[in-house]
Amino acid sequence: MRISLMTTCLVDVMAPDVAASTVRLLERLGHEVVFDRRQTCCGQMHTNTGYYTEAAPVVRQFVDTFEPALDEVDAIVMPSGSCAGCVRDQHALVARHEGDSELEERAGRVAAKTYELSELLVDVLKVTDVGAYFPHTVTYHPTCHSMRVLKVGPRPLKLLRAVEGIEVVNLPESDTCCGFGGTFSVKNDATSDAMVTDKAANVVRTGADFVVAGDASCLMNIGGKLHRTGAAPRPVHLAQILASTREEPFVPSETILGRAS
Amino acid sequence: MSATVNLGMPAVRPQHASPSSTLRGTRGFPDAAREELTDEVLRGNLRHATTTIQAKRAGVVREVRDWQKLRNAGSALKWQVTDHLPELLEQLEESVTAAGGTVHWARDAEEAGEIVTSLAIERGAREILKVKSMATQEIALNETLEHAGIRAIETDLAELIVQLAGDTPSHILVPAIHRNRAQIREIFLASMPDLDPSITDDPAELAGAARRYLREKFLDSPGSVAVSGANFAVADTGTLVVVESEGNGRMCLTLPRTLISVVGIEKVVPSFQDLEVFLQLLPRSSTGERMNPYTTLFTGVREGDGPQEFHLVLLDNGRSAVLEDPDGRSALHCIRCSACLNVCPVYARAGGHAYGSTYPGPIGAILSPQMTGVQDAEDPSATLPYASSLCGACYDVCPVKIDIPAILVHLRAKDVDRRRGTRGEFHGAWDVSMKGASRLMSSPRAYDIAVRSAGTLAKVMPGKNIGTLPHALPIVPGWTDHRDLPKPGPSFRSWWDQHEKQRAAGSASGAGAAPATGGDEQQEDQA
Repeated sequence: MRISLMTTCLVDVMAPDVAASTVRLLERLGHEVVFDRRQTCCGQMHTNTGYYTEAAPVVRQFVDTFEPALDEVDAIVMPSGSCAGCVRDQHALVARHEGDSELEERAGRVAAKTYELSELLVDVLKVTDVGAYFPHTVTYHPTCHSMRVLKVGPRPLKLLRAVEGIEVVNLPESDTCCGFGGTFSVKNDATSDAMVTDKAANVVRTGADFVVAGDASCLMNIGGKLHRTGAAPRPVHLAQILASTREEPFVPSETILGRAS
Repeated sequence: MSATVNLGMPAVRPQHASPSSTLRGTRGFPDAAREELTDEVLRGNLRHATTTIQAKRAGVVREVRDWQKLRNAGSALKWQVTDHLPELLEQLEESVTAAGGTVHWARDAEEAGEIVTSLAIERGAREILKVKSMATQEIALNETLEHAGIRAIETDLAELIVQLAGDTPSHILVPAIHRNRAQIREIFLASMPDLDPSITDDPAELAGAARRYLREKFLDSPGSVAVSGANFAVADTGTLVVVESEGNGRMCLTLPRTLISVVGIEKVVPSFQDLEVFLQLLPRSSTGERMNPYTTLFTGVREGDGPQEFHLVLLDNGRSAVLEDPDGRSALHCIRCSACLNVCPVYARAGGHAYGSTYPGPIGAILSPQMTGVQDAEDPSATLPYASSLCGACYDVCPVKIDIPAILVHLRAKDVDRRRGTRGEFHGAWDVSMKGASRLMSSPRAYDIAVRSAGTLAKVMPGKNIGTLPHALPIVPGWTDHRDLPKPGPSFRSWWDQHEKQRAAGSASGAGAAPATGGDEQQEDQA
C-alpha cells in the first residue's frame, strides 16, 4: 500500500524518531511511505484552545496538502490519537465556524482516509504481529483521545502483545488522564502537575522499564515528569517499539523522546 | 395602503443569573485550584471518596444490559424538553394548579428568594426545614431567609455537616466530600451542645447524633414550612419527584403543613412514564445504587394527607440564557447525578471549591459560565471552560449523554471570539502566540524553515533536555516548572531528506537504517 505520513507538528520537531520509526515499520511491512513537506499541523492546539478563526488557515493548509493527493494514496497515517481525532471530529467544526462548506466537504474526504497508527495496522493492513523485538518490560497508557475519541480499544495492546521478548504489565488507573490536555498543561499548570505526578507514580509502581503510548504529546508530559523526578521508567511511543527488531533494536537516548543518535 | 407586519409574539428577553447567585467564583480556576491543591488532607479525602463512588457506579452500570439504550432514551427525552420548554412549563403549571398547588414564576435568585420569604413570613415561620436542593443553594436561599430572621435547617446529613461548619458544599451529591469523619466529629462536637463528648468517629455513631438532632426538629414543628427542590417535575400530571437516600427528605415532604418546592425550569419532563427511564439512570449514576432508598412522588395537595398547602416556584435564573445557545444548551439536560465529578481527574485533585460555583466539576464548568454569562477577560467564570484536559471521561459516564468536552471547547471558542470582537482585549500572550503560530503553520515554506532551524537554535542550550526556565518568559514556565522538555534536535523532515536520497539510490536493504544525524546538519545548512 501507498501510505502518506502526517507526522504531526510535535513529532516533527520534538520527537522525530517517532515518525522515523513509523516509516521504518511500514517499509519493513512492505508498504511505500510518502511524506509531503508542505504539511504543518492539524490545528488541534488552536481548536481546543478555542481559536477557531486561527485554526482555520491551519486546517485549510492541512486539507490543501492531503486532499489533492487522496487518489494517489491508500491511507494517511498519524502516529497520534489526539491529532487523528482532531482531523476526524474537529476539522468540520472549524470549517462550519468559518462558514466554509467547501472546506468542510474536502476535510471530510481527507478524514475518511486518515488513521491513527494502531488503527492503520490492525484495521487497514490487517496485521497484529509486525515482527518486532523489544526485550523489555513495558506498561501501556491508553491516551484519552485514542481511547475515547477514536475508540482504538485493544488494538495497541494486541500489537504490543505480539512483540517478541516484551513483557506488558498493567498500569494502575491506566484510563485516567495524564494531565497533558494541550494548552491545559500550561494554563492550569498546578492541576496538570498534580495529575502527571500521580500518573508518573503509577508508572513507577509497575516496575516497568518503559511506559508506552500512542501519543508523543502525552509521553512528553509523563516522560518530562519522570525525568524531572529522576525516576527510572522511560517513555516510548508505540511506533518505536513496533519498529524495533533483533537486527535494529531500539536504543534509548538521553533525550526524553528519542532514539540514541 | 398599509402593510401588515407580523412582529410575532412578545418575548421575554432571556437574562443571565442574578449576581447574588452562588454561581460565580471570586477568582479564576487556576489560582483557586493552585491553593486547594496544597491541602493534602483534602486531596486524600477526595481521592478516597471519588474512587469509591466511581467503582460502585461502574459495577451497577455494568449489570444493565441496555445501559446505552437507556442513555439514548434519557438524552432524547431531554432534547424533547429543551425543544418544547415553554409549552411543557405551561402544561406543568396547569397540572399543578389543577391538583391544588400554586405555581410561582421566578426570573432570578431575588424573585425566588422573595417569593419563598414572603410565603414563610405569612405563615409565621421562624424556622424552615430544608430538603437537600441544588436550586436553593444556587440562589443562596438560606442567606436570604436569614436576612428576614428565618432560620433554614438543612436535613440532609452532608448538607447539615456543611451548614454546621459554616462551610459551602463542594460536590453536587456529596456536599461534604471534602471532609473526613474525624473532621465531621469535630464539627458535631462544636455545634451540638447536648452531644456526649465520648462519641467516636464511627460513621454509625455520627449518623445517630445527626438523627437525634434532626428528629427533634421534624417533630417539634407543627404548622411548619418545608422547602425542597425536585429532581423531576412531570408536566402531564403535575407530579414532583424527590430522589434521596436518607429519608429526611421524605419527612420534610410529608410532615410540615406547607411545602414550597423551588425547581429549575429545566427539571420538567413530559410525561409520568418518562420517569421509568430517569429513575433507572439516576441512582446508578449518582450513588452507584440499583435504586435509591427513598423516592417521593407528590402531586398537589390532599386533605388530611401530607402538606395542606403546596407552592411550586419555577426558577429561571439564567437557564433561558443557556437555552439561547444551540451548541451549549444541552448543559440544561443535567440530572445532577454527579457521575462526571467522580470520574474527573481535575475535580478529584482540585476539589469542588476551586470552581467557585454551586455547580462544580465538568458539568459546572459548562453550566456556571453559561448561566452567569462572561462579562470580560477578568471574569472568573471565563476560566471555567479551560478547567479541563478534555480527557472525555465525563461524557462517557453522563447518563443523558451531554457532550461536555465539545461544549467546553465551544465555550472556549465563544470566549476567544468575544475577546477578538472587543477592542483592546485581543492582545494577551496567548492571543499573540496563537495568531503567530497560525500564520507560521499556514505558510508551508516558512514552517519548513522554522522546523529545520529549531534543532540548530537548540544547540546553544546545554544538555539533552530543557529544565526549569526563568519566569520572565511567557507561557513556557507553566511547563518547565513541573517537567523537563526534550530539546529539539534535527527534525524528522531532515531525516526524511536523507532517507529519500538513500531510497532513490536503490539501497533497498539499508533504507530503514538511516541514522538520525549526519545528513540533518547538511539539510539545516541548506535551509
